[in-house]
Amino acid sequence: MSVRLIARLDIKMSNLIKGVQMEGWRKMGDPADRARKYYAEGADELLYMDVVASLYERNNLVDIVRDVATDAFVPMTVGGGIDSLEAAKALLDVGADKVAVNTAATKRPSLLNEISDTYGSQALVLSVEAKALPSGGWTAMTDNGRNHTGRDVLAWVEEAATRGVGEFLITSIDRDGVGRGADLDLVSAVTDAVDVPVIAAGGLASAEHVREAVARGVSAVAIAKALHTDALSLIDLRQELARTGTSVRPFAMEEAPGV
Amino acid sequence: MSSVAVVDYGIGNVFSVCNALRKIGAEPLLTRDPGALLAADRVILPGVGAFSSAMSNLRRYALDTVIADFIATGRPFLGVCIGMQLLMERSTEFGLHDGLGLIRGTVDRIPAVADDGHPLRVPHIAWSEVHATDALQGGWQAATFDGARHYYFVHSYMARPDDPSHLLAVARYGGHQITAAVRKENVTGVQFHPERSGPEGLRLLSNFVNASGG
Repeated sequence: MSVRLIARLDIKMSNLIKGVQMEGWRKMGDPADRARKYYAEGADELLYMDVVASLYERNNLVDIVRDVATDAFVPMTVGGGIDSLEAAKALLDVGADKVAVNTAATKRPSLLNEISDTYGSQALVLSVEAKALPSGGWTAMTDNGRNHTGRDVLAWVEEAATRGVGEFLITSIDRDGVGRGADLDLVSAVTDAVDVPVIAAGGLASAEHVREAVARGVSAVAIAKALHTDALSLIDLRQELARTGTSVRPFAMEEAPGV
Repeated sequence: MSSVAVVDYGIGNVFSVCNALRKIGAEPLLTRDPGALLAADRVILPGVGAFSSAMSNLRRYALDTVIADFIATGRPFLGVCIGMQLLMERSTEFGLHDGLGLIRGTVDRIPAVADDGHPLRVPHIAWSEVHATDALQGGWQAATFDGARHYYFVHSYMARPDDPSHLLAVARYGGHQITAAVRKENVTGVQFHPERSGPEGLRLLSNFVNASGG
């Protein structure tokens, strides 16, 4: 099966931002422009995260999603501050295909059942921010690694899987923005723990990093900083993966009618 | 360009389907009005989520009979994802539920075990390669599935047509054959999401909208 190459856009107010280990955010440009660029370069999916939404208790991305959805025709996942069915609906109604939930679900796990029962598990992604513990294992954090939930990552994903989550986005806080590859032990532990697709995020910046993650059972990878800084292009990444035997979707934009 | 109506029945991805149709130059009419649907040159039935809630919404608006009447005109009809599964006789998702019964067969869960005995991740969320079967003959469908094509799938259940001549195109997942497209006369259904399948998906929609026949 082809690994999905997901372009991840972390957004604060109207700016694309990126930090290291979820801190020290720098502005990286206009999120809608970047989303269009990644679509044109063959992103298999777009992932938008409003990184201050839980803080301000609202997701700010409705306008950006609605705008990009008029001319980017790949799946879109949107996260940040989704704490109710209404908040999920507002995003699904303007072109999001899935919502990614984190903070609110850690406080009230039944939110997962509500969204899954109403919109289907295919529309529900659980976003987990995982931080390695000195004693071993990983703890689940929220709000970009600021707040502890007291939940063990593996226990949390196992519980969430029983509540109808269709996919897991696992971001390693330790690896975020570092560019040295995913936390492979974390990836392995999660793919072993759940039987739905897993997206690896945090630190992936090369074809080799993608290959390593695929070998640990992930269905998709989310890449942010390496794309935003133009250190890596989706076109080159896809070619390199195909050349070295990792299955990816063949892509050629020129076939599109209407472009 | 002829008119295309998109059935509005309160289920999911209509926004994306209409956006994709506009991108290829069509002017989609999003409606649940029986007169408007019956007057359209072609109709698309979208849908995401659960089979039973989609079917009950169709019945609530009496759209099951409107769809049957439209199809009887012989004009082209396209079901997408749940809109494709609804074409079948029944689904086993969350109990046994009747569908529109336009194509004989059942909608069943994708096996959670691959054919090599390993666990298989369900839902099937992937860009998967689609191939035509021997049943593919002519029409806009033949112009679309004219080789290995990749489309975006996201589903836990799949249609199993009883009659092999209704199975138009297939993908593979975990060694299993996944129904990608079905067709009976002027009724076509696709499991994947053309509105989310990039240039390939737009190409399919363009072929459907510009087709001279069903």
